[in-house]
Amino acid sequence: MNLLKFFTAGSVDDGKSTLIGRLLYDTDSILADQLEALQQSNRKNDDGTIDLAILTDGLRAEREQGITIDVAYKYFQTDKRKFIIADTPGHIQYTRNMVTGASTAKLAIILIDARNGVVEQTIRHSYLVSLLGIEHVVVALNKMDMVDYSETVFTAITEKYKTLAAELKLKEVTFIPVSALKGDNIVHESKHMEWYQGRSLLHFLETVDVEDQQSYNLARMPVQWVVRPQTDELHDYRGYAGRVLSGSFKVNDKVTVLPSGSSSVIERIEIFDQRPEEVHAGQSVTLHLKDNVDISRGDVLVNADHLPQNSKLIEADVCWMDTRPLDESITYLLQHNSKVTKAKINEIVYKVDINTLEKQSAVDFKLNDIGRVVIKTADELAFDLYTDNKANGAAILIDSRTNLTVAALMFRAVAD
Amino acid sequence: MSKYNLDYLDELEAEAIHILREVAGQFEKPALLFSGGKDSITLVRLAEKAFRPGKFPFPLVHIDTGHNFEETIAYRDKMVERLGEKLIVGHVQESIDQGKVVEQTGKNASRNALQTVTLLDTIAKHGFDACIGGARRDEEKARAKERIFSVRDEFGQWDPKRQRPELWNIYNGKIHKGENVRVFPISNWTELDVWNYVKRENIELPSIYFAHYRDCITRNGQLMAASPFLNMDEEDIVENKKVRFRTVGDMSCTAAVESEADEIGDIIAEISASKISERGARMDDKVSEAAMEDRKKGGYF
Repeated sequence: MNLLKFFTAGSVDDGKSTLIGRLLYDTDSILADQLEALQQSNRKNDDGTIDLAILTDGLRAEREQGITIDVAYKYFQTDKRKFIIADTPGHIQYTRNMVTGASTAKLAIILIDARNGVVEQTIRHSYLVSLLGIEHVVVALNKMDMVDYSETVFTAITEKYKTLAAELKLKEVTFIPVSALKGDNIVHESKHMEWYQGRSLLHFLETVDVEDQQSYNLARMPVQWVVRPQTDELHDYRGYAGRVLSGSFKVNDKVTVLPSGSSSVIERIEIFDQRPEEVHAGQSVTLHLKDNVDISRGDVLVNADHLPQNSKLIEADVCWMDTRPLDESITYLLQHNSKVTKAKINEIVYKVDINTLEKQSAVDFKLNDIGRVVIKTADELAFDLYTDNKANGAAILIDSRTNLTVAALMFRAVAD
Repeated sequence: MSKYNLDYLDELEAEAIHILREVAGQFEKPALLFSGGKDSITLVRLAEKAFRPGKFPFPLVHIDTGHNFEETIAYRDKMVERLGEKLIVGHVQESIDQGKVVEQTGKNASRNALQTVTLLDTIAKHGFDACIGGARRDEEKARAKERIFSVRDEFGQWDPKRQRPELWNIYNGKIHKGENVRVFPISNWTELDVWNYVKRENIELPSIYFAHYRDCITRNGQLMAASPFLNMDEEDIVENKKVRFRTVGDMSCTAAVESEADEIGDIIAEISASKISERGARMDDKVSEAAMEDRKKGGYF
């Protein structure tokens, strides 16, 4: 059985928390004591049924205000698949939290209120999905019960969305008409929409093909830790421990160590007491090389025939996440997997108005702003373009005055 | 192009090992908080997978409430001997003797809340900058919101409104002096995942996880082990029942469930069919809707 992480984009007004609550409730994922707590709560729907939305609001401030502020993770499984839901806030002032939840997801559910159709918020959420390169998109047209389960409404909205999806180059979009409140097409197929022949949301989530399309060539493993027991019997033991970011490594593969550029051959692969011949993206492993090369944390081992980009000047999309605005005069820390180096923003190329998708020239860059910058690093970075290889194409910026994570970076090009 | 996909337990394991190695790489003085429960036992197994044949780059730290199940302590000592790793114990009794905390009184008295002070003192005494814990997001709704690297201030407090964004698999462990980070490598595991992993890896657990006969009393609808640590009076009726525990905490706040499951396959079947969450058997979470959030803000795990 495999695992699918997905996130939901939409606001409470679109019924996002209700949709998640419905998924959990109708898959029997809510246990009796949680249900009891739910029934005792004084938040009820107008018709007296329990308000499923409170299942996901974890913080006191969220329950008080009836909004989602931070990402909440929820877990459920069916006999086909295990799921992790990142329930992310939809309001513009929490864009950074949505980016956080979306960064590890393989699939996005974008909620549209069928009464309102494609609105500013839909454009913003879809833009973020496109920016983060989420492979699979489900557009859930919610509140179909409020528009008489009308096929005409559904078709009109999907046509409009397809134009947006094309503009944003979204890869795979699936439209599902639902009512989270009434339970139509969430887990069970709706009896009110005979005209809809597709799968229910859950059925789609269970069956969508999310296997990694990995090129063997893009073998990358950042070194996190060097295992050196330094005991008498293991005197010469030197294992490079890390998680394979992408691609595959095999015994006898020729590898290059970056940034030094020295090369060697994989002698042995270990996963604790196992000695696999080959390891793949996602696995935490220990590699042994034939030659004694100088390798420490922050270095990356890559396929010697398919080197990544190597540069100190990089064009990147940035999502700003701190209340202190971007400051071109100070030096930040850039963390790219296990590598940390100093970095400065050399230039703000443009800022995107994420409600209209217009690119604008900008002098300042504030919380939740998204756009393109040129970044200069102290050390050369061995990276891939985000579109080619997400796992090795992203980084964060840290403000060394506060130690806060202030920006998400997606590498787009080597800058001249 | 080749297609490749990890089984979910392999994926969860690989993620946890990655997180443990990040702790080792990013911090000067990390520690692994070991409670003797199945979650921290799982962490120890993951640490072996992350660092063997090398030594762990951190000691194990046990906050001892003094109200332990004796089976837990026996298990702990045997495990430490097998591992050959360092164990540091912080005693709640010491905090009481020093007058830093006051023992609760009354029928529902527990030392569970007191251990926060002992934990913070132990962190300060040894200068730990990162503490690895076995908390999971599926346990409780405040935990569902917490980051994997959770920065705590000088007073150990969690501030849910000021959490750092945590992007991709990149963990920012930078802190100021006096602050520390709580790290939760099995954040994304569920209770059932832990049990399936324990089974797959053939990990030995303390015997109290398996059905056994024990003297119990019923309190607030929960089955509690009769022990000298529980304030009992004539209203309490002691009954011998076949029970097991789903979590292992302070004896005065950990409730048992009646069970016939005496081997791991039965436990997995029982949990799969169960309609009560694991923390439903923890008196400490029953206080209010925000009980866990409030304790975390106060410095709890």
